[in-house]
Amino acid sequence: MISIRNVSKSYGSFRVLADCSTEVARSEVVVVCGPSGSGKSTLIKCVNGLEPFQRGEIVVNGISVGDPKTDLPGLRSHVGMVFQNFELFPHMTITENLTIAQVEVLGRSREEATERGMGLLDRVGLKAHAGKHPGQLSGGQQQRVAIARALAMDPICMLFDEPTSALDPEMINEVLDVMVELAQEGMTMMVVTHEMGFARKVAHRVIFMDHGRIVEDAKKEDFFGTPRSERAQQFLSKILHH
Amino acid sequence: MHDFDWSSIPGALPFLWDGMKISLEITALAIVAGIVWGTLLALMRLSRFRALSWFAAGYVNLFRSVPLVMVLLWFFLIVPQLLEILLGLAPGTDARLPSAMVGFALFESAYYSEIIRAGIQSVPKGQIAAAHALGMSYGQAMRLVVLPQAFRNMVPLLLTQAIILFQDTSLVYVSALADFFGAAYKVGDRDGRLVELLLFAGAVYFVLCYSASLLARRYQKRAGA
Ligand SMILES: Nc1ncnc2c1ncn2[C@@H]1O[C@H](COP(=O)(O)OP(=O)(O)OP(=O)(O)O)[C@@H](O)[C@H]1O
Ligand SMILES: [Mg+2]
Repeated sequence: MISIRNVSKSYGSFRVLADCSTEVARSEVVVVCGPSGSGKSTLIKCVNGLEPFQRGEIVVNGISVGDPKTDLPGLRSHVGMVFQNFELFPHMTITENLTIAQVEVLGRSREEATERGMGLLDRVGLKAHAGKHPGQLSGGQQQRVAIARALAMDPICMLFDEPTSALDPEMINEVLDVMVELAQEGMTMMVVTHEMGFARKVAHRVIFMDHGRIVEDAKKEDFFGTPRSERAQQFLSKILHH
Repeated sequence: MHDFDWSSIPGALPFLWDGMKISLEITALAIVAGIVWGTLLALMRLSRFRALSWFAAGYVNLFRSVPLVMVLLWFFLIVPQLLEILLGLAPGTDARLPSAMVGFALFESAYYSEIIRAGIQSVPKGQIAAAHALGMSYGQAMRLVVLPQAFRNMVPLLLTQAIILFQDTSLVYVSALADFFGAAYKVGDRDGRLVELLLFAGAVYFVLCYSASLLARRYQKRAGA
């Protein structure tokens, strides 16, 4: 579904991504972790073309992301993305947040979009908040709306960039629960997170990044058993004993 | 000590009101045109196409570096002739009002575009990323996500600029147009009561502009709360 081949990216002389390669198969859940500044966000944003890259190739569902001829908006419209800071549109109601791209990008009718949006809002347990603005919701609620907004586009895969790291601890689980359910339904997911409980529960593979490199790319069992690289071992012991 | 005599004002009120209508007309048109053209200039300025951003930067710097009075005079001298050529108007047609309006609109858009550019930049980058991630094009992201938020943040500044603009309309006296200030001047000159008329006009400008600025401040407080 997602195939990343020898991708490199630099800001001037600073290398953010160095020769990264990995695959995410259909219905697979891959967790990406690593220290701050290691390039996790950059890598995941390259997958839907939000960040350009200079070398290598990324193919999503048979479409090459880096190809200048690719219709990037078209591709992005069915690759869902969830951000650390939710990024709901503050000037719109929750309903409008859920329907705007369905109507403007996919060309759905307002009724159809509203029906789809409300169904998903119900699914994340927030149907009662349809008429509110994002600022009236808690962080955890906003992130659940953001997930529903992405799902409303009927994505073929979902990208998450630290979806719970801006949340108060007591709100993390309500968001992780939605993501676990999604994973169990067979959604293809690439998730940047340090929530190792989530990784243990639903990930198939774990990728560890350091200084722009994919240092470790292992099956979950192997990663939590005995990570091969010393950096990954250190990192794991640090966040597990935190 | 000057002997004040206000008696020429009541009779002149209809004439002064006509002048006020011209001032308000120029203000309204310059605001609308300034915001539309100013938005386009701001988008050009922020564009990754060099030629566009250079053009916009040049335009803004040019108009911000020359006095408004001079721009108005240029347009007063040039626009009537242009209109004659373009629209085939008879020579000598009174084109003072349109030429003042065009001059104001072009001049003010330079200031509006800077306000709007700052407004666009005040919208967090993550909002644009989220719009693009949903498949929106550049145009859709701007129209649906960035500009609505930018304008909401800018309302107080836009109002302040509108107040300045309204005061600046008094400069059209250089083309002998009877805007509110011009009308007051004419009446005062005719009746030999210039001081009274200009004091009266000043008081009217003050009341209007000060109330508008109180309004702007109130909005700002409410939005900030
Ligand atoms: N626009 C930019 N210009 C220059 N350097 C950048 C830019 N954006 C990111 N970087 C650098 O690229 C590196 C990777 O950034 P990235 O955001 O991908 O890291 P990350 O692994 O997601 O970190 P975090 O855990 O803090 O989110 C960082 O060192 C960052 O400083
Ligand atoms: Mg990051």
